[in-house]
Amino acid sequence: MVLDFLAYGFMQRALVTGTAAAVCCAMIGLYLVLKRYSLFGDALSHMAFGGIALGYFLNIYPIWTATAVSVSAAMGITKIRKSTKISGDAAVAVMLSSGLGMGVILVSASHGFTIDLFSFLFGSVLLTNVSDTLSFIAISCGIIATLVIFRKPLLHFTFDEEQAKVNGVPVEKLNYLFIALAAVTVIITMRLVGILLISALIVLPNITAMMMGKGFKKTMLISISLSVAATTLGIVLSYPLNLAPSGSIVMILVAMYVGTLLVKQMGLFSRKTIVQEIQ
Amino acid sequence: MPMNVLDVENVSASHNGTLAINKISFSVKEGDLLGIVGPNGAGKTTLFRAILGLQNYQGKIRLFGYEGSQYAALLPMVGYVPQKVSFESNFPATVFDVVGMGLLPKKKLQRGVALIQGCGCNWNRIFGESSKNTEKIGKALEIVGLEHLRDRRISELSGGEQQRTFIASALVKEPVLLILDEPVTGVDMEVQNKFYSVIRKINKENKITIIWASHDLTAISDYATKVACMNRDLFFHGEKEEFFSNKDLLKTYSESAMQMHMHNHSHEV
Repeated sequence: MVLDFLAYGFMQRALVTGTAAAVCCAMIGLYLVLKRYSLFGDALSHMAFGGIALGYFLNIYPIWTATAVSVSAAMGITKIRKSTKISGDAAVAVMLSSGLGMGVILVSASHGFTIDLFSFLFGSVLLTNVSDTLSFIAISCGIIATLVIFRKPLLHFTFDEEQAKVNGVPVEKLNYLFIALAAVTVIITMRLVGILLISALIVLPNITAMMMGKGFKKTMLISISLSVAATTLGIVLSYPLNLAPSGSIVMILVAMYVGTLLVKQMGLFSRKTIVQEIQ
Repeated sequence: MPMNVLDVENVSASHNGTLAINKISFSVKEGDLLGIVGPNGAGKTTLFRAILGLQNYQGKIRLFGYEGSQYAALLPMVGYVPQKVSFESNFPATVFDVVGMGLLPKKKLQRGVALIQGCGCNWNRIFGESSKNTEKIGKALEIVGLEHLRDRRISELSGGEQQRTFIASALVKEPVLLILDEPVTGVDMEVQNKFYSVIRKINKENKITIIWASHDLTAISDYATKVACMNRDLFFHGEKEEFFSNKDLLKTYSESAMQMHMHNHSHEV
């Protein structure tokens, strides 16, 4: 059979891990895009790079150091941003460059790049082992459950922070929780597409879904479906075609975005024409 | 004797380092439809933000006589429609979604209702106690006349329809007090008139106390029951008839309102 390779354990683990990361990225990504934090994922992943390098340097499991560094950096920058009123893009630039800078120093101190570090940069979903898969599933379930529980205040806070505050939504606490969830999502997605391509998974399925003119819930469900479809297809195609899964996933997402854009321009998603409306 | 819904005592607040309101004191009684007039930059928005807990201030503000943690617990029962809600232009939220954002969690609503009823207020809930959330949203949309647009994205609506959506969102929480900050600025006359009749309806039928900032003295004279006049300081607060019979006050604010009107229209043209 052509799809015999799907019986391999590494392939199944890749598909499970990929799907879990894809769902988390699509969900958290919609809020990030709408809050104009599209590049926040990139900044967090570069912080995670610094964290990974720190893990290698200190000989600690790099996922833990990456999580600790990105979560604390994300919280720190949110606090600094609030007290100094620096703009969002400047905050992203600070995080991005400091994470990368720290990583480069630690990598050079540990005598150069290793294969493992390279796999964090571009993803290595096919190398995911059983314990990684299980922890990623557990973390993803935690992220998804938290996002489902807090969906109403999160939507309100994303749409209009001040109104949410008047309604008694604890905006500041929610912001910290959200940032922490975004940082953890980035960590579990690193394995799938690598540090350098994380933004694609956060942004592309969401801006594609947003073009379809639906409400919030449907847009999120469409985004999750697109993200899971692209991830599954990317992983499945990458094996027989001998391509990098991360690049394949991202290019499928790009194709979905461009395709939707073209279809939209042809007017397929528009509701009624003005003439119909008047009639 | 109707009770005081809101008491503002010697309240001062700054906006961007400049004193925006100076020792303002007034009370709003249950069932009032208070029109607040004053030129641009008079501090109306700063006053509203102070009432809503979005702004630091000196002085005292009480809701139903409550301060501190009880005030904070009552705040979600205040509906607020700002001059402009800025949201991402292609935000994927339907009118139904946006109105639903105003819904309060059951516990918060129960605490607010208990506090209000605890002080002997005659306030009637707009929706029955057993109303489901979707029914509340439907009814709020019906009040503002937008039930036919419930599945449309908020970004596809006109300015007037968006403002009515935000009013529905403020109503769905069953407010005891509704604060409207120049809600129909830049909206055409027909929509303005529809809007004013909605305000009157919810004030009369649902007994909701309303504070409403506007530059439109004609609308204030037609719909408000009380008037307050401010420009950093409070110059007048009292019955509408008293305000409109005070020629000096009227002249000052008619001129500033006229200038505003001309200014807005020159921009529209």
